[in-house]
This record gives sequence, C-alpha cells and structure tokens, in this order.
Amino acid sequence: MADVLTRPTDPTGPTGPTGASGSGTTTRPAVDPRVRRARRRTTRTAWVLRVVAVGYVLALVALPVASVVQHTFADGLAPVWDVLTSEDFLAALRLTTVVAGIAVVLNTVFGVGTGYLLVRYRFWGRRFLSAVIDLPISISPIVVGVALILVYGTYGWFGGALEDAGLRVIFALPGMVLATVLVSLPLVLREVVPTLEEAGIEQEQAAQSLGANAWQRFWRVTLPTIKWALAYGVALSLARSLGEFGAVRVVSGSVAGESQTLTLYVNDSYQEFGPDAQRQAFAAAFVLMAVAVVLIVVIAALRPKEEKA
Amino acid sequence: MSLLTQDRAAPSAFRRGRRPGELTPGAGLGLGVGVLWLSLLVLLPVAAIVSSAFEDGFAGFWAAVTDAEALAAIRFTVGASLLVTAVNAVVGTLIAWVLVRDRFPGKRVLEVVIDIPFALPTIVAGLVLITLYGPTSPFGVNLVGTRAGVVLALLFVTLPFVVRSVQPVLIDADREVEQAAASLGASGYTIFRRVILPTVLPAVVSGSALSFARALGEFGSVILISANLIGKTQVSSSYILKMIESQDEVAAASVATLLLVVAVVVTVVLDVVQRKAARRG
Amino acid sequence: MSTATTPAPARPEAEQSGIVVRGVHRRFGDFVALEDIDLVVRPGGLTALLGPSGGGKSTLLRIIAGLDYPDSGSVEIGGRDATFLPPQRRSVGFVFQHYAAFKHLTTARNVAFGLEIRKRPKDEIRDRVAELLELVHLEQFADRLPSQLSGGQRQRMALARALAVQPEVLLLDEPFGALDAKVRKELRDWLRRLHDEVHVTTLFVTHDQEEALEVADEIVVINGGRIEQVGSPSELYDHPANPFVMSFLGPVTTLGGVLVRPHDVEVLTDERAGAVRAEVTRLQRVGYEVRAETRTADGETPWVQLTRAQVTELGLAEGGTVWLRPLVETPFPATALPPDPDGSDGPGGPREPEGAGAAGDGCTDRVPA
Repeated sequence: MADVLTRPTDPTGPTGPTGASGSGTTTRPAVDPRVRRARRRTTRTAWVLRVVAVGYVLALVALPVASVVQHTFADGLAPVWDVLTSEDFLAALRLTTVVAGIAVVLNTVFGVGTGYLLVRYRFWGRRFLSAVIDLPISISPIVVGVALILVYGTYGWFGGALEDAGLRVIFALPGMVLATVLVSLPLVLREVVPTLEEAGIEQEQAAQSLGANAWQRFWRVTLPTIKWALAYGVALSLARSLGEFGAVRVVSGSVAGESQTLTLYVNDSYQEFGPDAQRQAFAAAFVLMAVAVVLIVVIAALRPKEEKA
Repeated sequence: MSLLTQDRAAPSAFRRGRRPGELTPGAGLGLGVGVLWLSLLVLLPVAAIVSSAFEDGFAGFWAAVTDAEALAAIRFTVGASLLVTAVNAVVGTLIAWVLVRDRFPGKRVLEVVIDIPFALPTIVAGLVLITLYGPTSPFGVNLVGTRAGVVLALLFVTLPFVVRSVQPVLIDADREVEQAAASLGASGYTIFRRVILPTVLPAVVSGSALSFARALGEFGSVILISANLIGKTQVSSSYILKMIESQDEVAAASVATLLLVVAVVVTVVLDVVQRKAARRG
Repeated sequence: MSTATTPAPARPEAEQSGIVVRGVHRRFGDFVALEDIDLVVRPGGLTALLGPSGGGKSTLLRIIAGLDYPDSGSVEIGGRDATFLPPQRRSVGFVFQHYAAFKHLTTARNVAFGLEIRKRPKDEIRDRVAELLELVHLEQFADRLPSQLSGGQRQRMALARALAVQPEVLLLDEPFGALDAKVRKELRDWLRRLHDEVHVTTLFVTHDQEEALEVADEIVVINGGRIEQVGSPSELYDHPANPFVMSFLGPVTTLGGVLVRPHDVEVLTDERAGAVRAEVTRLQRVGYEVRAETRTADGETPWVQLTRAQVTELGLAEGGTVWLRPLVETPFPATALPPDPDGSDGPGGPREPEGAGAAGDGCTDRVPA
C-alpha cells in the first residue's frame, strides 16, 4: 500500500532505441519490462483505494448535487427566472447579502486584530482566549441561537434594557448579524495566525528600526504578508455566513420580505405545499449552491498561495 | 550602568524600554476591545445557557434531560454521531491518502467536490439529500423519516473534516522515513500500520473530534430528511428548538448545556492533540 | 569507542557480502543520471562514492538499496541477483542524510523496529537493542524521542537501527551532510572505528573529498553519471586518472602549462633548470600554512602551499621574485581541466562542503574553457 517507490516525475523510458537523445552520445537503451513492473509494484491496492474514495464521494456528494440541479431546471429556465426575480426572493437576497457582509467585515477585523495580538504579544489568559475563540465552531447553531435569545431576547439578560433604549436585537437585524458572526468567528483568525507565526517578527522589527510607526508597520509590512491567508479566511467566512441557517432560524421571525434570509426562504418554501413553493425552494437552493461552488473554487485556487506564503 | 540609574531616577513610560511581547498601551486597548467583544458574543451567551439550565436547580436540569422525549433525542443523536465519526475516521483517512499519494485524471475535481459539504448551506444540503434519497428519488430509495436518512445527512456534512485534517499531515510526511522502514524489512501494510498511521493519528483524532461535535449539533441538513419523528429520528438540536419555541427555557437550555459540554471537551481535545504533535516535532 | 562492550557480532570473512553492479543505466526523461556503471565493492570494505552534486552517486546508492530500479543492468548483493527485489527483501541497511527517524518512537524503539517486525522474541530484542545502544553510546537516551536528540545523536541512532537487523551491506547517503563541521569530523572518525569493529560491507556517498580521503579504504569517483576512477585514497590523490579526479580530490594549480599540486611545487630563490620565474603577488597566512600567489611572465598565476618556516627561510615577500619547479611529474596539460561547476575561485580557507567540488580551495589560474 505504501508506494515508497513511486516517482511522480519519472516518465519511464521508451521501449526501444529512438535515436540520439538530448545528451547526444548514446541511443536510449531499452527499459527492462521487469523494471516497469517493479516500479508500479503497488498499483493493485492503489486502485482499490482510488475506487472506494471516488465512489464514496460521488455517491454522497456529487450525485445528490447533480440531482438538485436537474430537479431545479426540470421545467426549464423560465420558472426559475420567475422565482429569482420575485420580490420575496430579492428581499431575501438583499438581507442575506447585508447580514453576511457585515458579519464578514466584523470577523475580519476581529480576526486580524486579535490574531495579531495572539501571535505578537504575551499576556495572561492567552491560551484561554484562543480556546474561547475556537469554541463556536463546535457549538450547534441552534444552541447559538438559543444562547443569544437568553441574553438579548426580550426577557433575556440585556434584551429588556436594550429594547427600552430602542434597540431590538432578537427578531431583528442585529440578532441575525450576531448569530452569523458567532458561527464563523474563528475562520479568519485561524487562517491568519499560522501565517503570522511563520512570517516572524523580524520584518516588522526591521520596519520599526527604519522609523515606521505601529500603523505604518501594520499596513505596509504585516498586511501584505498575510494577504493570501486573509483572502482564504474571508472566503471561508463568507461561505459560512451566506449559508448559515440554524442559528438564524432561531433568532429571526422569518417574515417573508422582511427578516427572511435566503436559507430561511429555502426552508419556508419547502415546508409549504404546492409546486410553486417547491420551485421557489429549489431555485433559491440552486443560487446558494452556485455561490458556494464559486467560493469553493476561489478557495481552492487560493489554497496553494496560502500554503506557499 | 548609567542608563539604568537614569531610568530609575526618572521613570517615564517613554524612557522605559519595552521587552518583546509586552503589551503596548495600544495593544492593550485592542485586547480589551477584543475581550469585550468575545464576552458579549460568546462568554455571556454561554453563561446564560448554563444559568438557565439550572434555573430550577439541579433537579430542574435533571428532569429536563431525563424527560423521555429528550432522552430519546439525545440517545439517538449521540449514537448517530458516534457512528458517523467512526466511519469518517476510516473513510476520511482513506480519501486523504488517495488525494495525496495517488494521481489520476479528475483528482482536482474530487478535491473541489469534497469541499462542497463544507461550504454548502445546511438547509441546501438537506434539500440536496432529500431530492436524491427521498420520495422523488430516481433510485426509488426513500430514506425520509428513517434513522439511516439522518446518518446519511450527517455523513454528508462531516465528510470534509477528517479529510482536511489528515491531508496536510500526509503532504508533509517524510517519505524517507517510509523508505527507511522498507529498508528495515517492513511490508507496505506494516509501513502503514507502524509508521504512517502513528504520524496521522493526531490529525485523525482532531478531525474526528470536529466531526463528532458537528454531527451532534447538526440541524439544517437533518431536519428535512428526518421528518422530525419523535422518539425515532428527532435530533437534539431539533428538540432544543421545539422547547424554546414552546417557551420551555429550562428544557431547551438543559439539553443545550449537554451539547455545550461536548463542544468544550472537543476544543480541549484539539488543543491537547496539537501540543502533543508539536512536541514530537 | 571502548572495546570492552561486545559489538554486534562481526561477520566472519566468508560470510561477508560484496556488491557487484553491472551495466547500470538510469535516466530521468532526458537527463542521464547513470551511464553504464560497472562497480565492485569488496566484502567487508569501507568504500566511498565521491563526486559533485548531481553526479549520480545518490541515484546509484538508491538503486543498490532497492529504493529505485535501473533502466537496465544488474545489481548483485552477496552473490544473489537483487536487481528487482524490493528493499524489504535485500539485506541492506540504509542511513539517510536527514536521519529519517521514527518521530513517534523512542530511541530504543527506533533501534528495535527491524527486529520487532521480524517478530523476534522480546528478550532477544531487548538485549540486542541494549548492545547496539552501547555500541553507539546512546544508552542514556534510550527513552528519549528523536526530537530530544541532537543531530549527531540522531544519526548514531539511525546507524544502530540499520545495524540491528544485521544487514549484509550498509549504505549511507551523505550521512554527515546535515551536521555542523565539528560533529561531522567526530562522526567521521567514529564511523571508521565502528567499521573496524563491525566489518559490514559499507558504501557511503559524499561530496566532501576530505571525508572520503579520511574514512574510506577505497574511493569511487563519479561524475556526470560515469565512474571516473576507482582506487585507494593515496592512489587517487597521487595518481589521478584524469584532470577531473585530480582537481576534485585536492588542490591544483597550473605551472608551465601542466597541472600540479600546490604543495608539490618547489620554490627556489635563484634560477635552476626547469624552473619558471615568477613574481610573488600575495602572501596569505592560513593557520600555520602560507598560500603564496604568484604570477609568471606567461601570465599564469600558480599558487604554492608552504609552511611559515619555509617562507621565513626563503625570505619570501610580496613583490619578490622566485623560481618555481614542479616536484612531481603529472601528465595533464592545464587545458584539459574541466570547467569548475561550483565556481569557487576565491582564496583558500576552511573547506566548505558545498562547492568543495573542483578545487574548493580556489584555483585562480583556471584557463577559460
């Protein structure tokens, strides 16, 4: 199984002398067929693994996704277009964009700032802070929503006071933003931190010795160093924010046209009966899926740059 | 040293040198803001959950989690999550292996497909699965309302975790170590068992921990295909939602606390594993 | 190394295995790594594969080990045809430049690895590991992880690990390349003494001619995929087969149109038969030696290696005139000198392992190729 001998960059020689080669002195000697067999020794196991891996992923992911696409356009493009231009859908699209946009910005600022602090400074409670930041990823989105209600809901710890002051959190935009921020909290930070660690502090110290103040150092040295990791983290964060469902479901009243995000739109439409509702659900789902795939491709393209940096 | 006495004579914040790593006033402020943000966002809400759970004392908490419906949901969710995690540990490692060590046309497409569950909104994932494995299934396979359907949904959303955790470790693995084992007489299988596996094990554990926590709390992808049948396919998150919608805060918070405990344990496990792996160098 | 410890049982002469390589070719695409290699390593010997980077020596070593296969040709180990055997089935021990330690295992478990997979009884393993750890002086580190060992210690562990299964042949790929200079020297001597005790047929790859000259019984010089010369260190140094070998194994300079070693040049203060007149352009102290750079009327710039005493005796000074005469006959005209691939033409100093290629000490009189 462990193909210790495979040389990915080795094209095995041709089967017979093909005349003068690049070295110009000898014709290529024939490659012994036993050699080719020896070099490919572990292929059979590799084949089995390959089939299992590909088969599993196909059956689990690729096929279902393809079937949704097929289902969405089963009646052609027109019905889908109708949905995409409907008021409710557009309202949901607007809301999702706003919520996700704000969330990504907040998380980016938080991620870069706190990431920088975690890497460049030593202070009491550093490890605890890092662990707290990692926590939301492992929390169920429903729990996230419930927790927010308990604090910021009308009968929650702060909710009453806030509402008296005129700020409604739950069942309103701020609540949805908070929920979205929470579920994608560590994504930017976790990408930026390793890059910052690897980059080391020397460049910033060099800038400091050349007279740059903190802000200049940050803008001219730190940011360019982490730019690919940052882009990667932002893409991940965006994907997560656009797609958040469970937490938003809890903190939003899901009023169509008002407090309904795209994901809520999909859910509410599906739960309704009738072919129209079903079409709505699938059309919206298709849009979300297309955006997700685009983001994945972007992420995949950014990954090697991020790893190389 | 005259400089030092000078400092001591006139202790001014500007004169005093700062050791590397020490917080500047600006950094301290930034830290304060960050901590405040985290408190408002994470610490307070978590505290609120725990406090609500024990609003009626331990008795209230206990009653809530041992309620028949709650227990059934918890038991099912934990069982399904464990099963899914076990499958992921094996299959995820296998897929990571194929991605790193094998070459075939279309491999890059496979990489992208594996990321789909990660980036796809959970509700869309639910829709995707129910389309293929529900009443409209072209294969005639209808898993709606079945436990298998829930397990399938969980497998879908947790696919990338172990794969993406193990992949970088395999990429960095020192091939010469495997060659050394071969020169010492180890067969391909032995090399995997004694050299490669121990190397990737921490990554498998991390990925599995994430996978377990995710499966335990999963909602969007499961809710459609499970049909939320009480006592059969109702998952914990769905139960919590039901409770909060019926204003039973204690019940919701109690089960949520259980899930929180798991999340904390997972975070700790990840931290420990990371440190151990770093020590091995 | 104390002889009070019992070393790994030395193989009696009759049981020792040699290596026979016949007609081995290996190319990667258009790049010819090895061309028609014929080589015999005698049983029990300590042989060096010496050559510049990219010359093919590591490729050859890996082919002998079974970590690669030749396009054509054969490899025999201990009289058996091993050409297409996987490394598991050849009885070879391999030591890598970067140790290839099993990071998750302690030193003792690393050494025990080969024995454990052969399912030897626990007592036997324990005894053998203890024996080997004593041999390499790592007894106190038995329970440490490789990350807690220094580079030199890790390499000794790697050696003990390779020897544990009593291989017929021991192969080392630039074993000291990753260590710093002092440790390298220590381990060099140590390898020599280890071989004297254990007598396993040993083949090691190096690009450091000093290492090869100090350690090996026999040196095989490989360049550009071909064997240039095989012989003992003194044979190669004193009777090089071609200019490449001569300039690779030691310093060379050009005098009167031929290649000669700087310490084989006689410096005279008056004219003699066969001596060439030159002006001393620079005297540079290097430790207790002096490097005297000169210039002849023909524009050659030979340099001579002298001791301080000689310099004082001859009364040499910069700007002075001397007559130079080679002490030893050498058949290579200076134009036959191959271009220096590493281009290190600076004045001599501590030999750098990288770029120690052709005359790392700096030959300033290279005739343009």
